[in-house]
Parts: sequence; C-alpha cells; structure tokens
Amino acid sequence: MFGSKISDSMLMILFVIVVALVPLLAAPFGAGYPALMQFFAIFGIFAIGFNILFGLTGYLSFGHAAFLGVGSYSAVWMFKLLSMNVLPALFLSVIIAGLFALVIGFVSLRRSGIYFSILTLAFAQMSYKLAYSVLTPITNGETGLQLALDDPRILDGERVAGQLPSPTFFGLDMNATTDVAVLGMDVQLNVGYFFSAAFLVLAFWIAMRIFRSPFGLMLKAVKTNQNRLNYTGVNTRPYTLAAFVISGMYAGLAGGLLACMDPLAGAERMVWTASGEVVLMTILGGAGTLLGPIIGASVIKFAEAKLSKFNENVVEAWFSFLPEGLGDSIAFVVAKFVGDGWHLTLGLVFMLVVTFLPGGLVEGARRIGGYLGRRGHKGDLDKLGSNVQGGKSTTAE
Amino acid sequence: MSKSNFSRRGVLKTGAAFGGALAAPTFFTSAANAFTNAPGASAVTLGFNVPQSGAYADEGADELRAYELAVKHLNGEGDGGMLNTFSSKVLDGTGILGRKVEYVTGDTQTKSDAARASARSMIEQDGAIMITGGSSSGVAVAVQGLCQEAGVIFMSGLTHSNDTTGKDKKANGFRHFFNAYMSAAALAPVLSANYGNDRNAYHLTADYTWGWTQEESIAAATESLGWNTVNKVRTPLGAGDFSQYITPILNSGADTLILNHYGRDMVNSLTQAVQFGLRDRQVNGKDFQIVVPLYSRLMAQGAGENVKGIFGSTNWHWSLQDEASQAFVRSFGQEYGFPPSQAAHTCYVQALLYADAVQRAGDFNPCAVVEALEGFEFDGMGNGPTLYRADDHQCFKDVLVVKGKDNPSNQFDLLEVVDVTPAEQVTYAPDHPMFAGGELGTCNPGA
Amino acid sequence: MGDIVLQILNGLDKGSAYALIALGLTLIFGTLGVVNFAHGALFMLGAFCTVTFNKLISFQRVTLSETETTAWGSPLEIREPVMEAWFGDFGLWLIDYSVLASIVVAIPVMFIIGVVMERGLIKHFYSRPHAEQILVTFGLAIVLQEVIRTFFGANPIPQPAPDALRGMMDFGTLLGFEPGRVPYPTWRFVYFFFAAAIIGGVFAFLQFTTFGMVVRAGMADRETVGLLGIDIDKRFTFMFGLAATVAGLAGVMYTPILSPDYHLGMDFLVLSFIVVVVGGMGSLPGAVAAGFLLGILQSFASMNEVKALLPGIDQIIIYLVAVIILLTRPRGLLGRAGVMED
Repeated sequence: MFGSKISDSMLMILFVIVVALVPLLAAPFGAGYPALMQFFAIFGIFAIGFNILFGLTGYLSFGHAAFLGVGSYSAVWMFKLLSMNVLPALFLSVIIAGLFALVIGFVSLRRSGIYFSILTLAFAQMSYKLAYSVLTPITNGETGLQLALDDPRILDGERVAGQLPSPTFFGLDMNATTDVAVLGMDVQLNVGYFFSAAFLVLAFWIAMRIFRSPFGLMLKAVKTNQNRLNYTGVNTRPYTLAAFVISGMYAGLAGGLLACMDPLAGAERMVWTASGEVVLMTILGGAGTLLGPIIGASVIKFAEAKLSKFNENVVEAWFSFLPEGLGDSIAFVVAKFVGDGWHLTLGLVFMLVVTFLPGGLVEGARRIGGYLGRRGHKGDLDKLGSNVQGGKSTTAE
Repeated sequence: MSKSNFSRRGVLKTGAAFGGALAAPTFFTSAANAFTNAPGASAVTLGFNVPQSGAYADEGADELRAYELAVKHLNGEGDGGMLNTFSSKVLDGTGILGRKVEYVTGDTQTKSDAARASARSMIEQDGAIMITGGSSSGVAVAVQGLCQEAGVIFMSGLTHSNDTTGKDKKANGFRHFFNAYMSAAALAPVLSANYGNDRNAYHLTADYTWGWTQEESIAAATESLGWNTVNKVRTPLGAGDFSQYITPILNSGADTLILNHYGRDMVNSLTQAVQFGLRDRQVNGKDFQIVVPLYSRLMAQGAGENVKGIFGSTNWHWSLQDEASQAFVRSFGQEYGFPPSQAAHTCYVQALLYADAVQRAGDFNPCAVVEALEGFEFDGMGNGPTLYRADDHQCFKDVLVVKGKDNPSNQFDLLEVVDVTPAEQVTYAPDHPMFAGGELGTCNPGA
Repeated sequence: MGDIVLQILNGLDKGSAYALIALGLTLIFGTLGVVNFAHGALFMLGAFCTVTFNKLISFQRVTLSETETTAWGSPLEIREPVMEAWFGDFGLWLIDYSVLASIVVAIPVMFIIGVVMERGLIKHFYSRPHAEQILVTFGLAIVLQEVIRTFFGANPIPQPAPDALRGMMDFGTLLGFEPGRVPYPTWRFVYFFFAAAIIGGVFAFLQFTTFGMVVRAGMADRETVGLLGIDIDKRFTFMFGLAATVAGLAGVMYTPILSPDYHLGMDFLVLSFIVVVVGGMGSLPGAVAAGFLLGILQSFASMNEVKALLPGIDQIIIYLVAVIILLTRPRGLLGRAGVMED
C-alpha cells in the first residue's frame, strides 16, 4: 500500500476507510473497546494540531495540554449549565481554547527556541497549579469537574430522577454501543467513537489543506530560516501566531471531545507531563508528517491502556506452556516490563525509536516500504508523509 | 443481538439495523440484558483499579496483594482468612453464586483521568461487574462517578475525604474506609487527655480537596476542645521542601502543629518539621507537639525515626489482637512474608463484602447488591461491629488512635494502638454540614 | 524581621539545590549543546547512591528464632547489625555518618555513570535536533527511575543526617536577635556551604586550569578548537562525567532534607530547566544566580502575609518569575545571543 503513487484524495479516502474500520481492526488486539478507540481519535486530533505548530514551524510548545484542559473545562461547564447536547459544548471548547491560545501565543511567540518552550511550559504549569488549588470553585480541583444532579441545564427538559444524564448528539447517546460478532470477535460499534472519528477526519483534512497551502509553505519557511524571512521584510509573527492559535483550537476540540465521551475534566490534563506526552506522540510517529502524529498517539495510548493491565498472573499464563523453571523465569523477567513496570517499556521504546528511527514510526514504515519496493519508489512516501525535512533541521548554534 | 452497555437510554439497543444480519450471540448477552456486564454461568470478573505508578505505587501494590488473596479465599483456596471470622456465613469458597472469581487489574496512576480510562477499559473490554481500589480521594470520587454512570458497583479502596460519602456520594459507590471527620472525632479525646485543652494549633494543609476536608474536620474537633487555631496554611501538593512553610511556625506562638498531609507530603513535612527542632521547642511553657491526623504504616516507614511519639489515626493496624485481624495477618503474612497495610485490609474487606452482598441477594444486579449492602451490619472483619449506613454508603466502626512507637521491634512494627474509639463517638448525622451538598441518587444497573 | 531572615535562609538553602542542579545542566548544555532531560534522574541516582551505601553498611545478619514466631506464624527473624559487630565504634560512626561517607562512593559512581551515558548514548545525538535529544534523554530518565523503583520500591526511604549535625544552630544570635528567635537546622547550613564549595570549585576549575580553558574555548567555538588539533571530544566526555557528579552530589547531600524516592528526578526536572533558562542558556554564572533568585523568591511568596494578598502565589511564583524575566530579558539573566533560539 505504500508502494504506489498516492494522491491526496486517494490518501484521504484510504484514511477514511481505515478510521471507519478501526473497531474491526482493533478488536483482535483487545483494543476494540469504546474508551480506547475514542482515545485513538481524540489524541490523534490533539497530535495533528500540535504537529501543525511543531512540525511546520519548528516551535516546540511544552504547554499544549493547557488548551486541552481548558477545552474540557469549557465543555463540562456547558453540560452543567446549558445542555447535554455536545455541539454547544464543543463550540465553546474550541472558542475558549482558541482565545486562550491567542493570549499565550501572543506573549510566548515574542521569543523563540527553548525560551519559547519554557514560556509555554510556564503558562501551562501555572494553569495546572491554579486549577488544582485556588481555582477549585471553577475546576473542582483534584477531583475534577463533574456533572451533578442539581445542575441547571436550562435547555434540557425532563430527566430520569436520581440519574445523571449523558452527553448526546441530538438524542444520539455518546455511550451507546452496539455489539456485532464478526468472525467470532466481539466488535463494538460505539456512537462516541464514530462521532470523534468524524472530527478526526475533518481535522486531518484541514491539516492536509494547511500543509499544501501557501500559508503552510510560509510556516515551513519559518522553520527553515526565520531570520532570512525577517531580513526580506516578511513579518513572520502573524503566521506563527495563526499556527499557534489553530493548534490550540485543535487541542481545545480534543479536550471538548474527551469531555463529551466522559464528562469529567481533571486538572492533571494540564500538567507538564501531559504536554510532554503530545510531544512524544508527534516525534514517535514522525514530526512534520501528516500521518505520523496519529500513529504516534495511537501507539502511546494503546501501550498505556494494555501494558499496564498485564499483571503477573496474566504473564505467567502466557508462558505456562514452557517447562516449569524456564517458564517461571521468563515470566519473571517479562513481568518487569508490563503491569506496574509498563513505564519502563515506554521509556525503552522512546529511546530505541529515536536512536534508530529519527523520523519516527513513519520513517520506519518508509524504510520497510522502500525495502519491499526495491527502491525506485523512494519518493512516494514523502508525498504520503509530506515533507519530512520536519524532524531533521540541524541546530544553528 | 446487541447490547448497549454504558447507557441507560440505549439509542442503538436491540435490533440496530446493520447489526441484525451479522450478529451472533456474544457472551455478554447470554444472560438477560437486565444490567451491565451480567456474568456468564461459570465465572465472574472483578476489576482491581489500583495505583501502580506514581507516589502511591507501593500502597497500590499492597492493595493488589490483598485482592489476590481475597480472590483465592473466595474461590476456596488458601486458609480462608477472614471468611472464617466474618459474621455472615453465606460465602462457602465456591466463588460468588457458584461462579469462579476472576479479575483484571489496571493502573490509576493516581490521576482522575487515567483512573477513569482504566476503569472504562475494565468495564467495556473485560466485562468487569465491580470496580474497586484506589489510594486517593480524587480518584475515588472520579471512579465512583463513572461506575454510577456505567451501572456497576464501586467499592472504594483507601479514600479518606469527607466528600467521597459526602457531597460526592453515589448510589453505586460504597466506602469501608473511615473519613476525615471520624479521624478528628477519634483523635480529639486523646489529644485532650495528653496535651490538655489549652493549646494553640497551627495547620499545614495540602492544598487540595482531601486536605481541606481534613483541615476543616480536625480544626472543628480541636476547637470544640477549647484549642485555639493560630493559622491554617495551605501548601502546594508535592512541595518537597516545606521549609518556607515551617519557619513561620517558629515565632507564631503556636505550640501544636497539625499536618494535614498524606503520602510523600506527610513524610517530607514531618521529617522537616522535626529537623527544624519543633519537637524540642518549648512554647507557652508547654512542649511543642506535632499531630498527623491520618497515618499509615507505609508513610511511617518513609518518615523513619521522626514518627516516634506522634499521634494520628488509622483505619486498621496489623497488631490488633482480635481473632479476625489475626486471621487476616496470618494468611497475608504466610502468602507474602510481611504484614498487610491498612490499605490492603480495607481492600480485602471490600472485596469480601461485595461477594457476600451478591451471595445474600442471590443476584449480581447492582441494584440488588446496593439493597443488600445498605444497612448491612456485620462483624469479624477486624474493626468490630460495623454498619454500612444506607443514607450515605459509609461504614461506621471503631477508629484506631495510634502513636509512633518508641522502640519498634522490627521494620513493620512502627505504630502502637493507644486507643480504640468506639463507633458511637465517630458517628455523625447524614446531613452533617461537612457532608452536605450531594445526593445519593438511585442505583443504576446500566444496560 | 526574624521571619524575613528565616525566609532568606530558606531561600538560600533551596537556591543551593537549584543552583547545583542547574550548574550541571548548563555545563552539559554549554559544552555539548545537548538538552539533557535525564539530568533530574542523575540527581535522583546520586540520592540513591546514599541509600545503597546506607543499606550496604547497615547490613544485618538474619537468623531465624527457634522459639518466637511472627503474627503470621513463621519464625521470627532476628537481625543483628554486622558493622557494629565487626568494626565496633567505627562501624557505628560510619552508619551515623553514612550520608557524608557516601560522597566517597558517589563521586566515582556518578562520574562513571556520566561517562557511560555520554559515550553510550549522548554522543550519537550531538548533531540531532533538540527535540530528539529531549525525547531520548526523557526516555532514559524514565528507564532509570523505573529501574530504581524495581530495586527500592516507590516509598521514600529516610536518610537521617549525622547525629552531630541534626540539631539547630541559633543563627539569630549572630545578628543580634534574642536567642531562639532565628534558629536554623545545622544540616541546612552544611548543605549551603557544600553547594558553595562545589560551585566555587567548578568555576575555579574552568577558570584556572588549562583543561578548563580549553573547555571554555570549546563552549564558545567548538569547531575552531577542534581545528587547533585539540581532542575536544575527550574533554567533553570528562565534562559530562563532571556534570553528572555535581548533580549526584547535590542529590547525596539533599537526602536528609528530602527522603529520596524513585520519582525525585522528575520532580526537579522542570524546575531545573526553568532555572537554567531564566539564568540564560549556556551561562554558568546565570544558572547559579537564577537558582538563588528563584529559591529566595519562592520562599518569600510562601509567607502568609504575601499569600493573604495574592492567594495561590506560592503555587506559581517560579513560573511567573520565569515569564516576567524572559519577557523583559530575551535571553534570561546572562544568556548569550543566538544560543538555542533556532
């Protein structure tokens, strides 16, 4: 599939098909349940948005989780005050996150390089710390903002007494799931997933338009050599600020969607490790490529969800076919890397991927594709992955 | 054939257009579709959601050990532990309602988000019918809310905030652990007897919801003794070095420091308070004293020498001499080689209580379980006679007041029980102001 | 007044830790141009050198009692400390002074860890983008902390200061306060002077030795120094080892203040980067100055009088100061132009 020449529209169609088939494709890996599939789509959106800033302009924001958190808080407040319909919630999430990004971006983009990174980190950490403590009336602090039985919800009518409502899209319940058995597998078709997936497709399409547009070209120019642009009289600030705000709105959308799938907004969503996570997703998948961030997001969320669940009993069961002593010792070693040791595996994967696949997993796919296609088609994946000069700028010190 | 877990209205319920042709019965739907994740005929799956990374990872590991032990005992393996001392005798070692108990585990990371994601995977992917565990109140409240929405039972692990069974209580959630109000009510008489009624207390409080409820409770209790509250200072969670909050105490006129901290914060703030010589000071002609309202043995290990002689409260301690506690310590110790922590105890008890409730109700339906647990009175679980109150799903039982031991005989023997406060003294009205503001709602069976 | 003096002392004490960590981070960045997210982990490893050393010397002989049993029915373990039995008073003294004694162990261990890290991993990343350096060192930091957790668990492990240094010094009397007004723990003075000595030592080393001169030249212009035929790589490896040692020693001496656990490094990571950036990337004096500045400001922001005026200010002061300084001074306090701005 990587061997042939792929046009943008072909890529788009392929993308839609794969996204639609995720419930089927993920089921054999034990990943076909709504919560995780929703994460694939939502963090895919988050990472695509981050990539518009980082992949194109090279500005490394270390505070993007703040916009995600703000989006979630906005959505939950909308659920509490206005209606359980997801549309007004998402609308407010994107707007508020965009405004927040405008303010932070306006200030932070006065600096570049690591000084920019630290400014965004500082703003995000301030948001997190305040949300956790002083702003508890708005954020409900450590516990996270939740729905309550006595919320006004002025637009909604009757509700079931004693039960909390769940988010809907004009009556379509986000939590509703239909089970279908395919080839003996339990395939879960979840409204929330397809709803998020629709936004993922939209987000992907917009990102593709941006990558291919003159605006995108200008952003790449900023990455390549901002000074030269400045000398030629181009003011780059409006372009970078626009990229920052768009990227913040993507994060807000992702945050809003998270709240739609599970109406709770926790302060930890904004902590620096959460910002770091989206950086990791993007680089792991392949910064500056279109598909890379989505792949990176899925891999990390998959690892987080599955690796941590393999406790010692599960691991021992895997190796029970081996002779007693051998099976036990292998299980003992493997158990160190899964279950409560899953962070160790994550750390090792980061190190291995960065060391051996500088362009991320997309680069790995390209190498395999190139190997299978016996050269010749070498340039094709560049098209698919769009200009990967992304990850490779050298430092001008 | 389809199901609609995680939803009450079930928009896409039975007979979804495109499902019909492809669908074949799945193991979920073999039972009546009356509630979420109805178990099959041979096995039932429980979800153990404990912190495996982050500051409470050791506590989480101990919780998991307790759960594994509980599963063994429920399935009739091992020596049966507290099943032998439990006042209700319906559990007979053949699992729950004849189904073998299986379990899945997950990592809460002590974050509301991660804990909910992990719980959702257990409910949606693994078919867990009950979620239990956790080591912080934020996580407990968040997961409790999720379980209410999903229609499964939540048996909380270690959660001490008043809110869990106060303003954030839920019909599907149950707490065996004690709470901040109970700690304060149990400590007050002991503090009065040891330190008198004329004290000036200075509070250092972890700046998040648990810290606030702890501070409110202990301040109210000590003020009713006649103590004066000099100041209540909020400290950032995970501050590490607390020196900038400790030095102002030196000249504040306070003669007692109350540390409303838990976990690492408590280890650090106590260590540093002792380092700043607070315990060697004389203020207002009295010896300066430090109080830690919520203690745990794991924290005491972290604080080392510094806990000696310091009062606090705990839900349970392995040195208790009653038959039930000894039975539990014996089977846990033989299995793992060291005594269980209070977190392990509450989790073990919660697992047994859930199994017992299902067995008594004769039904896995969450609403039947809620009914069986509400107002349930039992004994033989290490805390004396205990009541699961129907109004807020909180257990009422004796509370232990403990003190850091001066001469520990081994590395686990760090706390000594100085007083067992009877349940009546720590009982409060369901509409007590510290617990007001929430509604229990009605039980939700899901599906 | 006494309270303000106390807060200044707190600030200096915090500042010494911040400055020490930032110093090592700046050394690595300034010489090698590498953004090292595993630097916090080096601090943590230093602290665990002490823990390991302490565990080794307080090694106990375990015998199983024949008569007594534990609460769970297995034979009671009787533990006898070996050091005391073997070495008598010296053994006791060594256990009491284990934190200070572990410095002797920590220096070579941390230096070797640093060299191995540089040769094994970091050197492959000199010409790679900063984002990739961040990712790989962050991965390394996670691996290191998880390995530590496997061996030591997640619970903090107390490391008391030596008995003689555990008490309080009545510092206030030196300034004319009445006795007991401004006391301060002796160990925290020890930490402050220790940090000052290390910082002074590193500066002197760079300033007054030929080796240091070459390294400084290399920091300014690596290529030219290479063209002069000097093997700058070897020197940079040494500098990485030195930076690891400085971070490790900061961790060793901090153990009596903060009981170490496996997560210690991550807790200091963000903070140390803020210190370095506020000081100005690549500037050693800047890192030290920013460390002390942020330490003192953090202490003042935590005063009740300040908090009453601005609730929550102590939660965000570090970040707020970073924002203000970076907006008024584009390259931090003492940063050079063109460093890390691409």
